[in-house]
Formats: sequence, C-alpha cells, structure tokens
Amino acid sequence: MKTYQQILLLCISSSMLFATCKKEKIEQPLEEPVSGTVEFDNIIGGQNLLLNTVNYSNASGEQFNITLLQYYISNISLRKTDGSVYTVNQDSSYFLVRENDPSTRFARFKIPAGDYDQLSFVIGVDSLRSTMDISKRTGVLDPAGGHDDGMYWGWNSGYIFFKMEGISPSAPVDPSGQRKFRYHIGGFGGYSAPTINNIRKVTIDLKASGIMQARHGRTPNIHLMADILKVFNGANTLSIATNPTVMFSDYSTKVSANYSSLFYHDHTEN
Amino acid sequence: MNIRFISFTAGFVLLISCSKEIMDHFRGFQQPANFPAPVYRMSDNPITEDGFILGRKLFYEPRLSRNNTVSCGSCHIQSSAFTQHGHDVSHGIDDRLGSRNSQAIMNLAWSPNFFWDGGVFDLDLQPIVPITNHVEMDETVENVLAKLRLHPQYPALFKKAFGSEEITTARTMKALSQFMLMCVSSESKYDSVKNGTASFTDAEEKGYMIFREKCGSCHKEPLFTDHSFRNNGIPVGPNNDEGRYLVTLNETDRYKFKVPSLRNLEFTAPYMHDGRFLNLDAVLDHYNAGVQSTPNIDPALVNGIRLQPTERTQLLTFLKTLSDRKFLNNRLLAEQ
Repeated sequence: MKTYQQILLLCISSSMLFATCKKEKIEQPLEEPVSGTVEFDNIIGGQNLLLNTVNYSNASGEQFNITLLQYYISNISLRKTDGSVYTVNQDSSYFLVRENDPSTRFARFKIPAGDYDQLSFVIGVDSLRSTMDISKRTGVLDPAGGHDDGMYWGWNSGYIFFKMEGISPSAPVDPSGQRKFRYHIGGFGGYSAPTINNIRKVTIDLKASGIMQARHGRTPNIHLMADILKVFNGANTLSIATNPTVMFSDYSTKVSANYSSLFYHDHTEN
Repeated sequence: MNIRFISFTAGFVLLISCSKEIMDHFRGFQQPANFPAPVYRMSDNPITEDGFILGRKLFYEPRLSRNNTVSCGSCHIQSSAFTQHGHDVSHGIDDRLGSRNSQAIMNLAWSPNFFWDGGVFDLDLQPIVPITNHVEMDETVENVLAKLRLHPQYPALFKKAFGSEEITTARTMKALSQFMLMCVSSESKYDSVKNGTASFTDAEEKGYMIFREKCGSCHKEPLFTDHSFRNNGIPVGPNNDEGRYLVTLNETDRYKFKVPSLRNLEFTAPYMHDGRFLNLDAVLDHYNAGVQSTPNIDPALVNGIRLQPTERTQLLTFLKTLSDRKFLNNRLLAEQ
C-alpha cells in the first residue's frame, strides 16, 4: 500500500515538474506583439459604395440601391515570408463590418513583428464559437442585437454572417409596401444534425500589391476592397426578381459562394 | 479538537438549513433518484438562491415585452404545468397569435434542444426567441437590458446573483435558465411507485403495461419523451408547418415535431404542436383511426395504435399517475 502511494506521489510530482517545464517553455520571453489592421473597404464595381442614395445595376440588368450592409469577419491569420503562420488570438478575432459606421471597417489585432505575405480570414462565425456558452459571446457576438440590424437568428440558433438589404424596382412589393430585397445569409453546419454551411474562408496573397511589414511603433494596414457587386455577379448570377429574399435556405449557399470572392488586395500602408 | 470542530460544523450546517427552510425552502437543484444525469452544463451556470430568485423575477417580468404587457409566465402558467391552457396556439402581444402551442417549462435540464422543431440547442439561448418574436413579445434583448438597468430593483438583484450590478445578455439568460432548470417535475404517483413508496392500482398497472407496449418507445421513461422528432401522422395543418424541416432543411425531417413529454398531461391540453386536439380522447381517436400517411410518417405509427375501450380507460388511468400536483403548486416557482 505504502509503495503504491509512493509511486503515485512520484508520478504526480514528476508530472508536475513536466507541466512546469512545459509551461516555462511557452512563456519564454516573446517579442512584444505589434499592431496591425485589415481594412474592409466596400465598393461597388468601380465606385465607392454609398448607402440609400445611389442606384446601381447588376448583371441581370436590375436597378437597385443598398440600404443595409454588414458582415462578420473572424479568425484572422497571417503568413510570414518564412512560411510560418500566425493566428490572431481567437477571443480577439471577431469583427462586424457595418457600412453605416466607418469605424467598423478596420479589423484591429496584435501580431509579432515581421513581414507577412499572405492573409486569411473567415467570412462568418466559426462553428465552435457558434455553439459556445453565451458568456463567451460578447462584443459583436452578443446575441442582443435589434430586429433590423441584428446579426443573430434566435429561432434557429446561429449568427447571420452576411446581411444585405436594398430597394429595387425588380423586387416584389412586400407587406410593408416596399420593393425590398433581403439577403440574410448564415448557417454554421448544424449542432446535432448537418445543415447548410455558409462559413467561407478567404485567403489573399499580398505579394503583388504589397506585403505587410509589422514593426514596433507603427500600425500597418492591409487595405482590401470588397466589391459588393460580386454578390450578384459572381460564380452565380443572382437576380433580385427571381430571389428577392434569401435567408435560411439551400439557395443561400449560392450567395455565400459569391461573397467568398468579394475581396481583393488593393495596397498595404506600412 | 476534532469533536469540537465537527460539532461546530454540524451546528453551522443545521443553522443554515433551518434559516433557509424558514425563508423559502430553496434547496438548490435536486437530482431525482429515478432520472438520468442532466444534459444542461450545470458547471457553466451553478444554480444559487440569488440567481434563482433573479431568474424567477425575470420569468414573471412583463418588461421583457415591447409594451411591458407579456411575460414568460403569460403563456407558461404554472397551474397548467407552465403551458397556456385553453389556447391552441400561443397568444402574445397585441392579441397576436403564434403558430404553435406553448410547450411545458418542465424538466428542461434533461432536454437536449428546445421548441417543437428543436431550433435552439442551448437553454441559455432559448429566451431570445420569444422576446424577439413579432407575435410573442416583439422586443429586442438590447432594449430589455436597457429597461432592467433603469429599474429600481434589478441592478441590486444582479449584484446579489452575479457579484456586480452589470446587466448583460449572458447574465440575464443564465438567471432565466436557473429558474427554468428548477422547474423539475418528479413527484408524481408514477415516481413514488418507481421509488418504492407507493403502488399502482390494478387499473393503473394494466394501463402501465399498455403504455409500455404501445407508447413507451417514443414517450420514453422516466422523462416520457425520447427527445426525438417524429411525424405522428396528424394531417398537415392549414399553415403547412413543416416542423423540424425548417431547421435542418433535410427532406427526411419534413413534418416532424418533437415528441413531447407526457408528464402532467392532465393539465396541458390542448395537444400537438398546434393544439388541434382539445382533449386526450381526441388524441387517442387520432392514434386509433386518424393517422394519415404524410411524408416521413413514423414507421411505428403507420397502422395507428388500436385500443379496446377498456384498454383506453386503463391507459388514461395510468397517464393520470404522471400528474405532479406538488410541481403545479410549488410556491417557490410561482410569481411572488
């Protein structure tokens, strides 16, 4: 009996030693991280996007304006020129870009100093976070949003990843008397049964238009353009007349396929 | 030294339990002996007396609705096992009607998902649905929090429950969960029989045998549901509610709805997801001869459930042993 206890004690103490060693290894003096940003600049074709006032037209020949545009960007990671990948701390890697609030177009993060030539992020909210305890859903993930600009579906627990609404003469008159189109795209793949998955990962090479040089005392900015016209004119051609409302439906995957290619790298401000 | 310590501890424990008993009988979450372990992650939201009291106040709080007229308790009435007795579909704000029958707030600690279609997978996320639903409370959570922050009592109640006056979505939902988790119905005659402190009458026993043979595979003991989604062959309703399909978009889920618990069914009429059957006779008539072969009909129900008149009486006699009047009359769960 006594021997067993001694062995047990030995095991515990040695595993503690092991754990301590391991921890110290992780806590080796890291270089202090530096600031960086990615800017999500919404445009439409060759024009700056303006809400409400300007009419645009899509490849289906339909006139429309945009009254509301917002989408989640999450899980940012950057690849260094030496090939190593740095993933931004996940708790600090959720952003909601809202066209009506210019301050939300920057995703701000901390990374180790260095040169980065590739950027990756997710459009939407990953499935893990989509099923996390409510106390882990703070800030832009707080499901308390309002009826119109909220980004959370209560009835079918999950976030709306991409929300775009506008007025178009091609849309039928809705119960509110407006000719409105509504694209509310979400779906993280389901909790207990597989459902639609509109989480889209985007990877952008920065070499052609300028790598990011993260340095102390500066805040480099990767300036991306998001061409919203591609929501209509992408791999799939969307027609407002045919699909004025797309929410939780199989067709939503066509919209997400289109929005996965909205982004291109314009330049980097180092 | 040891004896003094033990007697001191014992005395202290006695003192605490006495004062609690006198105050309000709060004894925390009690695991019924004949129930499985809860599926709710209790460790993420430990139930405390202050958390429970806050949750109870929120449950009966009409400020959760747009014009401060509808509370959770409006459609979930304790005397009807927290359903809305006499309403086929729920009756919400501005006399608007929902499309489904309000479900019992009962034994939710064991429920892996919520609503007739299982669209919500976490009890902490459940209250957001009725609060924001246009025909139920038609409010935003943001606005509810703003109202609670301005209320003379809530900041102090949040402080007692969570350590500071901060009122957040997570704290509000967790408090509501604490109240709902405490709505445990486990003291029916059936439970007493299972726990060996009572016995069935002859008719109840015969009814129990019929139940086990013909109903128990879906309405699985001891919760009297297997928490699955099934099409029980009721004709498709006028609003073509497609049930579970709306959540999964899976063809094999079309017209399936959650198997409801049969506990307290004596008090939870009307029945089915849209409350179409006003009494249990109508339900048994359906299973006897009304089953329709709609898409995804449950294989076990294709030929219905045929019962002789005496069998029907015996089954109904047994089903009444699932009534838990202590639960219906528990002052701790009532509006204070």
